[in-house]
Amino acid sequence: MTEPILKIRGLKAGVVDRSILNGIDLTIFPGETHALMGPNGSGKSTLAAVLAGREGYEVTDGEVWYAGKNLLELDPEDRAKEGLFLAFQYPVEIPGVNSTYFLKAAYNELRKYRGEPELDAADFLNFVKARVKLLELDESLLRRPVNEGFSGGEKKRNEIFQMAVLEPKLAILDETDSGLDIDALKIVANGVCKLRNAHNAQLVITHYQRLLNYIVPDRVHVLSEGRIVQSGDKELAMELEERGYDWLTKEAATA
Amino acid sequence: MSTSTDNIARLVQGEYKYGFVTDIEMDSAPPGLNESTIRLISAKKKEPEWLLNWRLDAYRHWLNMCLPQWAKVHYPPISFQEIIYYSAPQKRNDGPKSLTEIDPKLLETYEKLGIPLRERERLAGVAVDAVFDSVSVGTTFREELAKKGILFCSFSDAVRDYPDLVRRYLGTVVPPSDNFYAALNAAVFSDGSFCYIPKGVRCPMELSTYFRINTGKSGQFERTLLIADDGASVSYLEGCTAPMRDENQLHAAVVELIALNDAQIKYSTVQNWYPGDEEGKGGIYNFVTKRGHCRGRNSKISWTQVETGSAITWKYPGCVLQGDNSVGEFYSVAVTNHFQQADTGTKMIHLGKNTHSTIVSKGIAAGHGQNTYRGLVKVMPGASHARNFSQCDSLLIGDQCGAHTFPYIEVKNTTAQVEHEASTSKIGEDQIFYCNQRGISTQDAVSMIVNGFCKEVFRELPMEFAVEAQKLLGISLEGSVG
Ligand SMILES: Nc1ncnc2c1ncn2[C@@H]1O[C@H](COP(=O)(O)OP(=O)(O)OP(=O)(O)O)[C@@H](O)[C@H]1O
Ligand SMILES: [Mg+2]
Repeated sequence: MTEPILKIRGLKAGVVDRSILNGIDLTIFPGETHALMGPNGSGKSTLAAVLAGREGYEVTDGEVWYAGKNLLELDPEDRAKEGLFLAFQYPVEIPGVNSTYFLKAAYNELRKYRGEPELDAADFLNFVKARVKLLELDESLLRRPVNEGFSGGEKKRNEIFQMAVLEPKLAILDETDSGLDIDALKIVANGVCKLRNAHNAQLVITHYQRLLNYIVPDRVHVLSEGRIVQSGDKELAMELEERGYDWLTKEAATA
Repeated sequence: MSTSTDNIARLVQGEYKYGFVTDIEMDSAPPGLNESTIRLISAKKKEPEWLLNWRLDAYRHWLNMCLPQWAKVHYPPISFQEIIYYSAPQKRNDGPKSLTEIDPKLLETYEKLGIPLRERERLAGVAVDAVFDSVSVGTTFREELAKKGILFCSFSDAVRDYPDLVRRYLGTVVPPSDNFYAALNAAVFSDGSFCYIPKGVRCPMELSTYFRINTGKSGQFERTLLIADDGASVSYLEGCTAPMRDENQLHAAVVELIALNDAQIKYSTVQNWYPGDEEGKGGIYNFVTKRGHCRGRNSKISWTQVETGSAITWKYPGCVLQGDNSVGEFYSVAVTNHFQQADTGTKMIHLGKNTHSTIVSKGIAAGHGQNTYRGLVKVMPGASHARNFSQCDSLLIGDQCGAHTFPYIEVKNTTAQVEHEASTSKIGEDQIFYCNQRGISTQDAVSMIVNGFCKEVFRELPMEFAVEAQKLLGISLEGSVG
């Protein structure tokens, strides 16, 4: 049997005075796409942050294996270089730093880590141009500082564009669909689908079933109060769309 | 996270690369300051009487002056009687010094600092005057420049070889009575660089002075005098370093620039004096007066400074825009990390018609650093249609540091146009994490963000030095984000 890309066992985590994730189990195999849904404040972004290694969250119990490595022991930048990518729910602006320069630095860090020669500016630009087409991204964004003054939708598209350049093994998309107009949604979803292959995996966090029409998930999980209370196939997303989360959270509470 | 703490500790230790001491025999005056100290300095340099008298006048004036108190910097009182005012490497003979006679230990020192003076290894396209403690130890490319009529030598040599020029211009931009430290400098200055670009000549290479403090307890008081005659142009660069010592050392320099009709002077500084340790112990007090005088019409003086070193920096390179249509520029990056303090900015004094000035100041504060921009834009009644644009941005790293902005504007002509913009931002944890998540280390992220913040200033530096300045900035901020 192939090794999972991500294996989470009994993960509990939180901030100083508060526990947010209360025992999560999740296994994702290569070639799979999982969707993570759940009400506001249920801990979806926190899970993404803990996986990416954000400071300020403390893991109190459980373990996380990523491609055979103990993920929680790696620095955030090493997790990234190992191919873990987080498309941020709220992408950060970095004034004064040119987007192309930033992306080239990120890309070359990856190459150095893998023992490959770094790309120079010209080669990188050629490589990027090809990726720009895939996402139908407005090229002028690449000449601007990272995310600065980008519209909400542009920021989200830029995240997926970065993903297309960095070609991660595991991509976590945190509500990449919210704030996108319907055409942009199709383009982004299309881009994600083109990047899917038998060796990588996606964890797609969303509130809307409509995204899952384009990025069809193998599994759908519902998070509530820091626990996965229900898992199923894509039909579960349909059911949630109709019935909301209430029935599940109540079930979980009485269980 | 113990690994990142280890890394930071290691980086901080390796922080200041120039902290070594050269073991060389020195000819030093005893500590203390009185008229005989000044006579001694003047005699050592075999100066003409007019210069000795000029020094003594300055000294007598200084005795009646008070320390400037208005700057936002704090330090214990300096005891001026404990400073050594003259310190020079022992000369092996009294003959005229040429580069081949320089003590090999000095050559080695400058090589270690990345400034080779030996003929074969000189920096291509850059002429260097190397000042070690109180005296200039060598000037490269002097003969080559002389062929174009360019005079470039140590201040002492200029007093001997071109006394008329020195006498005509010395103290005409920064008079000895200008301020406390300028007066002190006029009394005790020991050397520095002199440069004269004749009419219509574009200087074919970068000129530079490299200052090095070596002896403990010594002060460094050098003077630079640079004159660009009608239609001349020159680009000048200044660098400086000092050993790591626990006590503070005083550096009080004066720089005077004079641009005549249609002349252009570009003066760049990369200041890397020893900043003191992480606890704020030791470091150089950098109390410097720099001023340019756009004396002729259509003249231009441009200051660019990258200030990363010194425990305390107190300097305001300014321009007096006297000639009609003259232009003054000030581009500055000032970094304060650990317990460094900087109170720096510029003065733009508009006297002539149609004079323009531009000020771009980027202050970066990290650790417990305190960074102040202080600037004056003054438009006098005769300066019709004068224009100024000022932009002062501050970047904070961490929450123990401070940034302050004091722009003073005085306008006495109604046709003048003065614009001021200011901003303060902070490198946030979310920005760092965003970079980390893309595989970029914290150190590289800070350096990237800071360089992005400073790019309008770096653009003004000569190419080779822009790269150097970027590296320097990275080094001074190492360990600033944990
Ligand atoms: N750094 C933090 N400090 C304090 N509380 C936090 C922190 N991060 C998250 N929380 C809290 O943890 C809970 C889960 O937050 P999280 O952002 O993970 O929710 P989410 O499922 O992503 O919600 P949404 O659908 O609104 O994006 C919320 O109540 C939130 O306020
Ligand atoms: Mg969220």
